[in-house]
Amino acid sequence: MINVDVFVDAKGLSCPMPIVKAKKAMDAMESGQVMQVESTDKGSVNDFQGWARSNSHEVLKTEEEGGVYRIFVRKG
Amino acid sequence: MEAQKQTTMVVFSGDLDKAMASFIIATGAAAMGNRVTMFFTFWGLNILRKEQHVPVQKGFLEKMFERMMPRGPGKLGISKLNMGGMGRTMMKHIMKKKNVASLPELIQLAKELDVEMIACTMSMDVLGIKEEELADGLKFAGVATYLAEAEQSRVNLFI
Repeated sequence: MINVDVFVDAKGLSCPMPIVKAKKAMDAMESGQVMQVESTDKGSVNDFQGWARSNSHEVLKTEEEGGVYRIFVRKG
Repeated sequence: MEAQKQTTMVVFSGDLDKAMASFIIATGAAAMGNRVTMFFTFWGLNILRKEQHVPVQKGFLEKMFERMMPRGPGKLGISKLNMGGMGRTMMKHIMKKKNVASLPELIQLAKELDVEMIACTMSMDVLGIKEEELADGLKFAGVATYLAEAEQSRVNLFI
């Protein structure tokens, strides 16, 4: 079980809104804290990998359930 | 700490689809932690026009241009299948249905994310567009300003 500090609901939003929303939330977080993002945008899983890599964050886990992608990212 | 990542873009086109692509990339780049500069030139300036008429002094040809060019993001056509505006209406309808942010929303978002927008003064002069006719918060400059930013940038696009 991953301890989540911040939850970001990006369900129903399309590109680029999920990463924009995540970025805004991430700005207010401390290094080491974990964000859980939920998105229905099919590109999100790959997008968050790229976004995390580019910003030195770490994707801990991704999962899919009923068309909802759940992504856990630790702030770098 | 490494220098901040930077993205620059020339927005030449005044087509709705290309304008949307520009602002999606710009807001996406800002979300990736980039400092973003958009340089609007030629038809791209129409994206930044205020929708209401602004009374300014103009010559005959400048007035013709003012009437013939789309005034603001709501009036832009799409680059293919526009069919006198029908294509645009259909495209907007579909995008709304699919929950894609509209161009005015993306422009607003870009402002919130501190995307720098530069209007090319040479093109403004050619097309007879005055500062008062363009959206607030713009910088007015020329090619050297854009290139100075582009030289620092790792991503540079022409749209």
